[in-house]
Amino acid sequence: MMITDYLPIFIFLVVAVGFALVTIFLSSIIGKRKITPQKMIPYECGMDPIGQARKPFSVKFYIIAMLFIIFDIEAVFLYPWAVIFKELKIFGLVEMAIFIAILLVGFVYVWKKGALEWE
Amino acid sequence: MFETFLFVLLAVVTTIAAILVIVQRNPVASAIYLIITLFCLAGIYLLLSAPFIAVIQVLVYAGAIMVLFLFVIMLLNLEKEKKLIYRNRLQKVLGVFLGGVLLAQIGMIFSSVLLEGSKGKFPAEKVAALGNTEVVARLLFTDFLLPFEIVSVLLLVAIVGAIVLAKKQI
Repeated sequence: MMITDYLPIFIFLVVAVGFALVTIFLSSIIGKRKITPQKMIPYECGMDPIGQARKPFSVKFYIIAMLFIIFDIEAVFLYPWAVIFKELKIFGLVEMAIFIAILLVGFVYVWKKGALEWE
Repeated sequence: MFETFLFVLLAVVTTIAAILVIVQRNPVASAIYLIITLFCLAGIYLLLSAPFIAVIQVLVYAGAIMVLFLFVIMLLNLEKEKKLIYRNRLQKVLGVFLGGVLLAQIGMIFSSVLLEGSKGKFPAEKVAALGNTEVVARLLFTDFLLPFEIVSVLLLVAIVGAIVLAKKQI
């Protein structure tokens, strides 16, 4: 594969970043700048903020993030497997089944322990 | 020519973003610059014709691991980082000195040794012809089958460990 084959991905990134930058730039030159206390709060048409935004997060989020990483790494192994899936035939299916089955034990453990509950 | 230009561009952006990571006082801003660094590293992997590692870099590092970094930053009691300014003069002088020594060593190595190792079983031309991901996959699911299955046990241990550590009340 040549590096020029990645041109579509590059264009995609440029458009995504460019759209965000152009939007911010346009709103800064077209819009009026009249700062009022009401406008400067995080949600102008919402609840009034209570205290600081930077408070320690609950450990519940941390568990979800940890589990996300672990299952993300599991998914990483599926990509190379999918590429040569046809070549490996039934052998590949069995080895991936064992791999998933072992991780499924972990998933059942997480579920039974109630780590996914939001208590 | 074009690839050299791309490499220089990516290397410069990576280095600038990496410097910004360490000079930021706000840890959340540091994390954002780290994402830019990791994205540019993915680009450099692509230039080295390793698209698989490039994609993994974005998926796992820029995605999952950065999420964890941000959660750890949020989890810790913040606003304390502002007090973490080192006023120790000796530490600064020593840090600059040791950094200089390291830089000199790297410079000496690069100027004296020709950095070209012997070629292994999979030189760049062969990998490019077969396809990087295919080569990785073929090795992983045939020669390295046992390590691959052990990885699942390792991940299982990680799951159990995370739950046991974080859920004290169970």
